[in-house]
Amino acid sequence: MNPHRTKELYLAGLSLWIGLLVLPFVGFRQAALIAGVILSGGLLWSAAIRLSGSAGVSSRLRMLTDERTAQISRRLKPWRSFRPTTRERGVLGVILLACMIAGPLGMNNYMVDVLTLAGIYVVLALGLNIVVGMAGLLDLGYISFYAIGAYSYALLSTKLGVSFWMALPVGGLTAAVFGIALGVITLRLRGDYLAIVTLGFIQIVHLVLNNWDRVTNGPNGILNIGRPALGPFVFSQPIHFYYLILAIVLLTLLAVNRLNRSRIGRAWIAIREDEVAAQAMGVDTTRLKILAFALGAFWAGIAGVFFAGKFAFVSPESFTFFESVIVLSMVVLGGMGSIPGVVLGALIIVILPEVLREFAGYRMLVFGAALVLMMIFRPQGLIGNPRRRVELQPGDEAAMTRGRSEA
Amino acid sequence: MLLQQIVNGLALGAVYALLALGYTMVYGILELINFAHGEIYMIGAYLGILLLTFFTVVGLTQNHLVLSLFLVFVGSALFCAGYGLTLERVAYRPLRHANRLSPLISAIGMSIFLQNYVMLAQGSTDKVFPHILNPEPIIILGVPVGPIQIFIILTSIVLMIGLHLFVRKTRLGKAMRATAQDKRMAGLVGIDINRVIAITFVIGSILASAAGVMVAMYYGLVNFSIGYGAGIKAFTAAVLGGIGNIPGAMLGGLILGLVESLGASYLSSEYKDVFAFLILIGVLILRPSGLLGEKTPEKV
Repeated sequence: MNPHRTKELYLAGLSLWIGLLVLPFVGFRQAALIAGVILSGGLLWSAAIRLSGSAGVSSRLRMLTDERTAQISRRLKPWRSFRPTTRERGVLGVILLACMIAGPLGMNNYMVDVLTLAGIYVVLALGLNIVVGMAGLLDLGYISFYAIGAYSYALLSTKLGVSFWMALPVGGLTAAVFGIALGVITLRLRGDYLAIVTLGFIQIVHLVLNNWDRVTNGPNGILNIGRPALGPFVFSQPIHFYYLILAIVLLTLLAVNRLNRSRIGRAWIAIREDEVAAQAMGVDTTRLKILAFALGAFWAGIAGVFFAGKFAFVSPESFTFFESVIVLSMVVLGGMGSIPGVVLGALIIVILPEVLREFAGYRMLVFGAALVLMMIFRPQGLIGNPRRRVELQPGDEAAMTRGRSEA
Repeated sequence: MLLQQIVNGLALGAVYALLALGYTMVYGILELINFAHGEIYMIGAYLGILLLTFFTVVGLTQNHLVLSLFLVFVGSALFCAGYGLTLERVAYRPLRHANRLSPLISAIGMSIFLQNYVMLAQGSTDKVFPHILNPEPIIILGVPVGPIQIFIILTSIVLMIGLHLFVRKTRLGKAMRATAQDKRMAGLVGIDINRVIAITFVIGSILASAAGVMVAMYYGLVNFSIGYGAGIKAFTAAVLGGIGNIPGAMLGGLILGLVESLGASYLSSEYKDVFAFLILIGVLILRPSGLLGEKTPEKV
């Protein structure tokens, strides 16, 4: 049979299949609409491919993405080989910093608030990147440390009147202690078990926050948390909080950058690539895995304290598994283990839904689909870490297993 | 009181066991936690309500109650099988040779996607099971027991025996066991691995759909988020019994159901969801191979 004909039949079958699957949930008209969209989209796509003269939708798709990547990287080549001197780098940094400082001055409060939120998520994503991206431990309960930080400050402020600046390290350290506890418990678990235990952990934290009324005030949350203040100056305007989170983001960036290049960072990468081999090479995997949990949790705790200070209100609502998935999406979208990638991922995921307000309801749907599609088509993320890319190529992994079994 | 809680626990445990079988079979073959399995169960529960509502509107339920209930189970199973197949094809098959984290993240993505798809299509409020069943409690040994609970326990037993026979006695079951033992060798002796994996997902989804419909009947309410909690608990049951081990999943499910039901009534009902996690963490630390599982060395 004509290959194009088979492809069209395949597309028709696919759209019919999806239409049937969604039929009981969305009703006849919507199902027909969805099937129609898939069919027409697929036909357009295959027509476009036929015009460019080749066969095989999926292989073509992969080739196309590869080609495009190659094209982009060719175009970027002069930039890649651009190795700025320390001085040039300093100038670039100063320009960027000046933009970040001066930029929001011309914006309205709403935009500044969005940027502040983006800042919180950048800190969270950078912290999760330590655990997932660098050390390769899939932690789905990461948001519980954010919750612990936020509640630490909320309680310290409302019950003991502790100031924001005192609470910042205390909240971070409290979260880190919980991180160490979780790390010790899950030490012996492999990737997928770790994921489910951390998932259980966030569930437990959520239950405790909801039910321990005497301390956490249950689902109503804690109100009237003290705002940060410097002497007589009290942080009250959105722009004040923007500069505060900017400072925290810069501090986080500095810390994770140093970590990434340190002995510890390299050891984490070794654990991520192959734990047994890393151990054989003398890496103290136990200590380093716990350290990854602790440091990741620390930054989440800091972000949590800031969150409580900014909104002056915390409730269990803000710390769900969905939040964890959102932060994970940021890390995955940007590129696991790549610091600029993670920052970009966080910015995209916070700012894009604000721009596309009318599709707000579809946000989580899109994130879910994005996680799947990223894993299939671009596992290294938007700005991949070059080392990580080699590791994630499916073909190479297969080749490695082949090599292993032959050896 | 105690006896009643035990019956409740057994009914709950039977549901967990049916779900746990899906986790354990997929894990046995792919070494992958199918995070979206709980969502298939949730979809099954929704389909139970949607189909029954449909049959009531058409007028079938009023005249042929048993037939329409049977059709609800079959219809839900068919659709769930379709969802399971599609799930495997879209989210897992392309990643079969990828690095370990990739299929996990893809599975989480699929779970989020399916939850939100159902929420967008059906709304975030609870859906109510049509009031067509209002059975009188049966008195057994002086204890009133709901017929639906007995129905759940009996149906689960039948399904589990069926699964056991399928895996042990049929050619396809043998192929499944072979694939679970060694995928490459199974492929070399002529087993179509892709087909076996697809069938595993279909069977798991059918069991999950049965569990979903029965839970919808039992509680009378479903919500788009029920798959998440039930999924974790069923996974706990699978780990408790020994992951990859089919009788283990059944045993684990029953134990978990009993613990939860007794714990909720005698210890604390607010924290009843915590018991499952404590069991999970305890088992993973003290006996990672589970009650009936064999110890497997980590492959290097």
